[in-house]
Amino acid sequence: MKELCSLSLSQAREKLLKREIGAEEITRAHLERIAEIDPKLNSYVLVTPERALADACESERRLAAGGAQVRPLEGCPIALKDIFVTKDIRSTAASRILHNFIPPYEGTPSGKLAEAGSVLLGKLNMDEFAMGSSNENSAFGPCRNPWDTTRIPGGSSGGSAVAVAAELCLASLGTDTGGSIRQPASLCGIVGLRPTYGRVSRYGVIAFASSLDQVGPFARTVTDAAHMLKAISGHDPHDSTSVNTPVPDYPALLHGELKGRRIGVPKEYFVAGLDPEIESSIRRCIAAMEKEGAEIIDISLPHTEYAIACYYIIAPSEASSNLARYDGVRYGLREYGEGGLEQMYVASRSKGFGAEVKRRIMLGTYCLSAGYYDAYYIKAQKVRTLIAQDFKRAFERVDAIVTPTTPTTAFKIGEKTDDPLQMYLSDIYTVPTNLGMICGISVPCGLDSKGLPIGLQLLGKPFGEAELLDIAYAYEQTLGFKGKPKL
Amino acid sequence: MNEKLSQDEVRKVARLARLSFSDSELETYAAHMNGILAYMDKLNELNTDGVEATSHSVSMDTLFREDQPLPSLDREEGLKNAPERREGFVKVPRILDEH
Repeated sequence: MKELCSLSLSQAREKLLKREIGAEEITRAHLERIAEIDPKLNSYVLVTPERALADACESERRLAAGGAQVRPLEGCPIALKDIFVTKDIRSTAASRILHNFIPPYEGTPSGKLAEAGSVLLGKLNMDEFAMGSSNENSAFGPCRNPWDTTRIPGGSSGGSAVAVAAELCLASLGTDTGGSIRQPASLCGIVGLRPTYGRVSRYGVIAFASSLDQVGPFARTVTDAAHMLKAISGHDPHDSTSVNTPVPDYPALLHGELKGRRIGVPKEYFVAGLDPEIESSIRRCIAAMEKEGAEIIDISLPHTEYAIACYYIIAPSEASSNLARYDGVRYGLREYGEGGLEQMYVASRSKGFGAEVKRRIMLGTYCLSAGYYDAYYIKAQKVRTLIAQDFKRAFERVDAIVTPTTPTTAFKIGEKTDDPLQMYLSDIYTVPTNLGMICGISVPCGLDSKGLPIGLQLLGKPFGEAELLDIAYAYEQTLGFKGKPKL
Repeated sequence: MNEKLSQDEVRKVARLARLSFSDSELETYAAHMNGILAYMDKLNELNTDGVEATSHSVSMDTLFREDQPLPSLDREEGLKNAPERREGFVKVPRILDEH
């Protein structure tokens, strides 16, 4: 049974289509493994065995019927970050304020995965409202890194990374507002893809920072990530920021050729603060890519050092506005306080939100308040334009940009919780992608001397996911790291 | 460090955000916010005169659609999560004083 959980999504898909394995069989194998392993990791906040077995049963029926009935991800067990709204299944964003929220509707990304024939195993741990880089800000308690359970898995989509790395699902979905897919993928030794803003609908994705949020997959291989992206992409009338451009057949476009690819290396990403072990690992990868025929080009992204300050104005500002809806009126936690309606708002919000969420609401409220709006929010939006221009200029000369995903490998649980600014600075290599409206992927490239995974980040042009995936695939096939944690 | 925000100002921001804090929490939040805002000053190193602000992440034209009524959430479904309800409405505490 265990071997079934070790299959890649693409392998499982093939075997299911050929009816070498059954949908119920692979679903049960995963449910059993979750029961056995997850108490150590806390990656699932809700397991949905009834739904999973019902989905598997439907898949069996369609597989038996064969032909046009069979769907692209038929019978493949997956899981979702708890930020995705799932009809009749509790969806909390790992917040107390939504502890009892049972959505009356289905969001688009989760709905598309279900339509593609996948099997939903459950909902995954995360930082509350996706605010955090360590998965320590969760109402369900921290999630643990499978490579070393005393360490954080990264965040905010920590559970989504852990469940895939620990083989507790074949693939998962997360969201990436400032690095929340790539950073945990890197720290857990798997593949994490953040598509371009507008590629995937955000309908039914609990909002954090609406100009930056984007949905993307976690997987154990680049091919698997391509299958997942194909399933969730496309225009959605329910989200006017989802772009109406054709969805390429991502898996079919993987050729694996590095020869002739122009790969940019930005000097601003190799500076003080970068762990020397990570730097030498990334440099080795770059040299190996050159040997495989890639053309390595030194580039400059001069506004990189302003990205964190820019991001931590824009994201909290948008969050403070988005989170105004949690007031105890129509759903979620209600606390009465002393007196009338306004006291109820204050009591519900103060009791319902965790410390980091409150901190960001406070920062955002301040940055948007009268007299400070121009100095903070508008200034940050202007700097955002400069950061986007850096990338635009760079992509005139290169096909992709290569950098480390994170400045350090996984840190200890509790290590940075008292110093929010230090925590924010750990996003330095991922935040610019989101501000620059491009796409990015993290692929595993090795282990440090402590045995912790290191991630290589590749950045691509807006809506250039097909080319980005192909370069990542070429890297993975020839040079990629393929180890997995011992559990 | 140049303090941008006094505890009183933090209290004012909390009021705007509909949040309440104990005095010791207020102290911690003031310290954290001052540290973070001091770091934000970095942006003032950049001259952004004449730079356009990015307000949309995709080029936005106003999108029009036919004004067609479509089925929406059933009332019962919509009320299912309400903490308190009465006669098909969400019930909330008193808004206006009786006087």
